[in-house]
Amino acid sequence: MGHDHSSHSHGQRAHTEGHEHGSAGSELTDMDVRVRALESLLVEKGYVDPKALDLLIETYETKIGPHNGARVVAKAWADPHYRQWLLDDATSAIASLGYTGRQGEHMVALENTSQVHHVVVCTLCSCYPWPVLGLPPVWYKSAPYRSRAVIDPRGVLADFGVALPEDVEIRVWDSTAEIRYLVLPERPQGTDGWTEDELASLVTRDSMIGTGLPHAPLTSPDPS
Amino acid sequence: MNGVHDMGGIQNFGPVLPEAREPAFHDAWERRAFALTLAMAGTGMWNLDQARAARESLPPAHYLASSYYRIWIDALCKLMIERGLVTSEELLDGRLRAPPARTRAHLSADRVDSALARGNSTQRVAADSARFVVGDAVRTRVVHPRGHTRLPRYCRGKAGTVTKVHGAHVFADASARGDGEEGQWLYTVRFAASELWGPDTTACAVHVDCWEPYLDGVTA
Repeated sequence: MGHDHSSHSHGQRAHTEGHEHGSAGSELTDMDVRVRALESLLVEKGYVDPKALDLLIETYETKIGPHNGARVVAKAWADPHYRQWLLDDATSAIASLGYTGRQGEHMVALENTSQVHHVVVCTLCSCYPWPVLGLPPVWYKSAPYRSRAVIDPRGVLADFGVALPEDVEIRVWDSTAEIRYLVLPERPQGTDGWTEDELASLVTRDSMIGTGLPHAPLTSPDPS
Repeated sequence: MNGVHDMGGIQNFGPVLPEAREPAFHDAWERRAFALTLAMAGTGMWNLDQARAARESLPPAHYLASSYYRIWIDALCKLMIERGLVTSEELLDGRLRAPPARTRAHLSADRVDSALARGNSTQRVAADSARFVVGDAVRTRVVHPRGHTRLPRYCRGKAGTVTKVHGAHVFADASARGDGEEGQWLYTVRFAASELWGPDTTACAVHVDCWEPYLDGVTA
């Protein structure tokens, strides 16, 4: 079936269930065995098409990610008409760039200003605007973020190394229905005359969730 | 259900730990778990609200101790057993023992791109006109349903203001019960953070999307 079982770096975050077994390795192996058995059963039953599985994975690993949202933000920074369209009807404005569909069917854009900063969360599960940001990072789905973003967003921002002036209003958006939110961060100073491509290089995923700010010009752009 | 999935305002979970250069998936099994869950949703044997209900009805201690995709897989297995698609014996070792059940649909590889790009709009034609308009004062109901709901505990019985009317959308609570996709008016309601948390907050306001059955009007 041509499955790609090569493993990415596990990164710094331990998986919670790894602790039950004393080491992450044994639990991951348990899950690997279990999910392989499950896949083989569901394929044998004819419920799933293995090629469809590969395609689903490929789509969210390579095609759909925060680079999409960065295009939306950069265009809104560069084009005042597009910015207004995005704020009035985000679903259509985003669809005009080709980003549509699952977990982004109904979009709303939230504009940050020098006085208002928006933070998006899903306290009940992990709702997230897939077509523009891809799949949510582990921290977005984690208990610390889901529990604290609605009551102490400044504390959460501090975990990201972000400190906003005291007079900035922080508005939190809990994604409880099928409306998905994209934060339109403030355009960094010193970017007059920049092209959309150049502007897009300053847009970070976290700046579109509200837990970060765009890169300032002259810092190294984030290739993600 | 008043479950542990309803996390808004719980304290002492520790800091948020962002990961630099985080990959879409951390392990090979997570990739397959993700794809299996989407592909099995493509059988049409349950809807998204029922999938969420299955995840949040896992035992609380198990939910809190499990990683995200483990929760997905556990909920998927629960749904498949409930719908008669697999037996619990088959799930033990992956060996087929019972013939396949009939499913309503099937996600073939050639339909993946179009299915993802189309998504599933939850907007529906409303049977009645909207009860509230932007600017209306509302109060969320005090309810503790045993089944699935999308009204978080932290904003029940709270006063807020309608800031947007989204049209009528599939009502998650009813959809999770299998009661169909009739549209209910959906509003964004702005709550002053002090209304939710008193003085113990660093937010200014919290916005929550609320279907009309969650809300009562407040007379001025």
